[in-house]
Amino acid sequence: MARLNVNPTRMELKRLKARVTTARRGHKLLKDKRDELMKQFLDIVRENKELRERVEAALIRAQKGFTVASAIMSPEQMEQALLYPKQSMTLSIDYRNIMSVDVPKYSFQLKNDDPSEIYPYSFATTSGELDDAVGALSSVTEDLLRLAETEKSAQLLAQEIEKTRRRVNALEYVMIPQLDETIRYIVMKLDENERGNVTRLMKVKDMMIAEQFEAKQ
Amino acid sequence: MYKMAVLGDRESVMGFRALGFETFPVEDQTEAKRILRRLAQEEYGVIYMTEQLAQYLGEEIAEYRDRPVPAIILIPGKEGSLGIGMRGVHDSVERAVGADILNN
Repeated sequence: MARLNVNPTRMELKRLKARVTTARRGHKLLKDKRDELMKQFLDIVRENKELRERVEAALIRAQKGFTVASAIMSPEQMEQALLYPKQSMTLSIDYRNIMSVDVPKYSFQLKNDDPSEIYPYSFATTSGELDDAVGALSSVTEDLLRLAETEKSAQLLAQEIEKTRRRVNALEYVMIPQLDETIRYIVMKLDENERGNVTRLMKVKDMMIAEQFEAKQ
Repeated sequence: MYKMAVLGDRESVMGFRALGFETFPVEDQTEAKRILRRLAQEEYGVIYMTEQLAQYLGEEIAEYRDRPVPAIILIPGKEGSLGIGMRGVHDSVERAVGADILNN
């Protein structure tokens, strides 16, 4: 691991030690964040999978219903029957905070509260199969919205987990070893200087004693 | 206040219109791309799209994946499921965990 390019001074050592402490603390916090995100994510994604299976099955059933209806009625009749809807939907989005990730919470409002408003045609000119198909589709609406909610949440959480994991790894395998290495280098260098100093002093002392000894004789 | 859109071939989206979704029947991919882009810029919170259409729009869908709004959700069209939507769920897991652990 490469060490940082710094001057081996006491000042620098002090600075680096402070940095490594911060890095360690950050690493621990991010690791906790990652673990908690993962826990939440796994719950959500399991629900996501289950919902998707259910919704897909229900939608395929509903689509089959429409196919049957279109076999009985002419395409023009079908088109005309569904051309102008009586019902309309609006969506409001609230956000829920999971470990600093804003995940959406959807709720929808219907313009008409009457459940029969989903049939925008007169029953006289259409076949019963169409009613069944529309009814089947309408029963999926709630799940369809919850699917959107969980799927988006799962996607957003997955992104955040990926980001957090990268940060944790960068700290654990790059930043912290690099700082440790640099600190060790500076400590070594300072110690070496210290030893150099001591030997020099001893040498000078020896020389001075030798000089005094010679002067006496 | 947001709106909900359904994007797909005419027959697949027809039924959704009766329920109060806003439907956008499209026949070819270039048109789909254009409409998707427009919907994403406007106030559509959730866009449901048939898998039959989505198989050609992978890039566009990936682009909106990490944004909070809109949510693009794949649904099976009238020809049934292609498994793209389910694969998306598995992709999320793989991205977060590093391996697909849902297969059990």
